[in-house]
Amino acid sequence: MGKTENIRLGEKTKFRELVDNFGIPRLIITCFLLLLFIMAPMVGADLPTQLTNTINRFSWNAVLVLAMVPMVHSGCGLNFGLPLGIISGLLGGTIAIELGFTGGMSFVMAILIATPFAILFGAGYGWLLNRIKGGEMMIATYVGFSSVSFMCMMWLLLPYHKEDMVWGLSGKGLRTTISLEGYYSNVLSKIMQIKIGNLVIPTGSLLFFGVLAFLMWAFLHTKTGTAMTAVGSNPTFARASGINIDRTRTLSVIMSTWLAAVGILVYQQGFGFIQLYMAPFNMALPAVSAILIGGASVNKASITNVILGTFLFQGIVTMTPTVMNAVIHTDMSEVIRIVVSNGMILYALTRKTEGSK
Amino acid sequence: MSKKHVAKPLTGKSVLTLIRDNSVPIMFILICAVCIPLSGFSPAYLINELVTRLGRNAFLILSLLIPIMAGMGLNFGMTLGAMAGELALIFVTDWQIWGIPGIILAMIISIPISIVLGLFCGKMMNMARGREMITSYIISFFMNGVYQLIVLFMMGSIIPIKHSSVKLPRGYGIRNTTSLLNMRQSLDNALAINIGGVKIPVLTLIVIALLCLFIVWFRKTKLGQDMRAVGQDMDVARDAGIKVDRTRMIAIVMSTVFAGFGMIIYLQNMGNMATYSAHTQIGMFSIAALLVGGASVEKASIGNVFLGVLLFHTMFIVAPTAGTIITGDSMIGEYFRVFISYGVITVALVMYETKKRKAKSRIGQELARAQKEADAQ
Repeated sequence: MGKTENIRLGEKTKFRELVDNFGIPRLIITCFLLLLFIMAPMVGADLPTQLTNTINRFSWNAVLVLAMVPMVHSGCGLNFGLPLGIISGLLGGTIAIELGFTGGMSFVMAILIATPFAILFGAGYGWLLNRIKGGEMMIATYVGFSSVSFMCMMWLLLPYHKEDMVWGLSGKGLRTTISLEGYYSNVLSKIMQIKIGNLVIPTGSLLFFGVLAFLMWAFLHTKTGTAMTAVGSNPTFARASGINIDRTRTLSVIMSTWLAAVGILVYQQGFGFIQLYMAPFNMALPAVSAILIGGASVNKASITNVILGTFLFQGIVTMTPTVMNAVIHTDMSEVIRIVVSNGMILYALTRKTEGSK
Repeated sequence: MSKKHVAKPLTGKSVLTLIRDNSVPIMFILICAVCIPLSGFSPAYLINELVTRLGRNAFLILSLLIPIMAGMGLNFGMTLGAMAGELALIFVTDWQIWGIPGIILAMIISIPISIVLGLFCGKMMNMARGREMITSYIISFFMNGVYQLIVLFMMGSIIPIKHSSVKLPRGYGIRNTTSLLNMRQSLDNALAINIGGVKIPVLTLIVIALLCLFIVWFRKTKLGQDMRAVGQDMDVARDAGIKVDRTRMIAIVMSTVFAGFGMIIYLQNMGNMATYSAHTQIGMFSIAALLVGGASVEKASIGNVFLGVLLFHTMFIVAPTAGTIITGDSMIGEYFRVFISYGVITVALVMYETKKRKAKSRIGQELARAQKEADAQ
C-alpha cells in the first residue's frame, strides 16, 4: 500500500518536474494553440488551409528565430539587435535587384551580397557588445533602433535607379514596399512543393531552414561551438581553459547577424515583398518571443526550441484571427499577439534562476 | 613654482573632462547652431515654440529623475504612467467635465491606476534585478497590449462609457482620436502672459516648478536619502537596514504617478489624443531629451531636464526644414531627428555600461592589490 503511494507520489513529482521544466506560460500557450486547432473546424474554418498558413509562416520566420541561437549560447543574451542583421539582408536584396539579377539567381546573389555587410556590421556590433558585457540586451535594442532609423535616411539617399524599386515620380529613393514578383518571390517554397487537397507544403523553404538548422546544430558540436557554449555558461571557466572570450562572442554575433540577414531574405521570398524604412523596427520582438515560447531562456537555447517556438508562435498568430473572429465577431488577435509575445519575454527576463545578475 | 606647475595640466585636464562629460549637449548645441540659420525660422517663432514645448514636456521628463536617483536607470516604464493618464482622460471626457476641473479630476483618477501599474512594474523590476531597463522596456510593450485590450474591447462593453461621441460606431471601444477640444490648453491659458508675441503659460510653469521643488525637497527626506543609498550600493543599503525592494518600488510608483500627471499636461496642450498611439513614443522622446541635457543613466539633475528640453526640441523644430533645405527631401529631416533620438540613447547606454565595467575592474584590481599586500605582510 505504502509502496503504491510512493510510486504515485513519485509520478506526481515527475509530473510536477515536467510542468516546471516546460514552464507554465509555455503550457498555457500550447494548450491555447491546441484549443484553437480543435475549434477551427467547429467554427467552420478549413483546417488544412489553416495548417498550410501556419506551416507557411513557419517557413518564413524560422531562420530569423534561428538567428537567436548563437548569441544566446555565447552569453550575449537575446539578440534584440536583430534589425541590424535584417538591414544587411535588405541591402543584399536591394543591391541584387539593382544589379539586374532576376529569378532564383537574385536570391543567391542577395545572400552573397548580404554576407559581407553582415560580417562587417556583425563585427562592429560584436566589438561594441564586448565592451559592455552585462548590459547587452538594452544596448542591442537601441543599436537596432538607431541603425534602422539611420538606414531610413540611407534608403532615400543611396543611388538606387532600378525603376521597380524607386518612387515612380521622383525617380530616386526606394519605395516602402517593393514587390518581388519576377525576382525571388517564392523561389524556395516552389521547390518540390507538395499539394494534398488544400494542404500545401513549401518543401524547399522547410529544407532550406532544415539545412541551416542542421549546420547550426553541427557547429555547436564542433570545438568552436563547444567553446561558445562554455563562454556563455561559465566565462571564468572558459578563460581558464584558454578560450579567447571576446573573439568567441564576436563570432557568435557575426553568425547571428548573418542568419538574420538570410532570415529576412527567406521571409521576403515567402511574403513576396521587401519592406523598407520602419518595417525592420519591430521584427526583433516576435523572433525573441518565439524562441522563448519554444522553451529557451536568456542563456539557454537549442534547435528544438527554435522549431517548437516558431511553430507555436506562428500557429497562434495565424489561428487566432480566424477562430476569434468566428467566435466573438471581433478581431482581438493583434492584442492577444502583443500580450502573449511580450508577456513571454517578461516571464523569461524575470525568472530568478537564470542569467547572471 | 611647483604649485603652478601642478595646476596648469590640471586645468587643461578639467576643460577636457568638462568637454567629455558634456559631449552630448555640446554636440547638440553645434547641431542647433548649424540648423537654426538654415531653417530660417524667426527667433520669435522659435522661442514661442520652445516655451510651448517646455510647458508640454518638462513634467514628463521630470518624472524620470526619481528612478535614476534610486539606481534603477532610465525608467522606460514611464509609458505606464502615460497610459494611466490617458485612461483618466478618457473617463473625464466621457463624463463631459471640461477645463481645469476636468484636468484636476483626470489627475486624481490617474493616481490609483498609476499606483497599480507602478507596483506591477516595480515588482517585475525587483525580480529582474540588473536588467531593469530592458525589463521596463518590455513591460511598456506588454502593458500596451493590455491597454488596447481594455480600451478597445472592454470600454463600453464592461466598463460603462455613456457618450457615443467617444465610442466607436460599433458600440464599444474608444475612437482612434479622443477630442479634448474643450480642455485644450485650459491649463496653459489660465494666467498666461503675452510678452512680445511669446505666450508664456504661467500656470503650467508653476506646476512644473512645484514638481521641481518637490524633487529638491524629496531628496532631503529620509526616503530620498534611502533611495540614493540604494542607488549607490544595494548591499550596503540593505546592511544599513533599508528595505531595498520597498524603496525601489516606491521610486517606480512615484515616477509612474508623475508620468501620469505629465501625460495629462502634455495632452491638454495638444488638445486631442491619439487613443492608441499617444503613449508609444513618449517614453523614448522624454528619455532622449533628458540625455541630451547631459544626464546619464545613473545621474540626472533638474538642470539636465530643462537644458535637454530646450536643445532636443530646438533640434526637433528645425531639423525637418533644415533637412529639406540641405538635401531637398522633406523626409530626411524627419528621419534624422528620429535617428538622433535613438542614437543619443544608444550612446548614453554604451557610455554607462563601459563606465560600470571600468569601475568594476578597478575595484577588482584594488582588491587584488590589497590581497597581495596582505600576503606580503
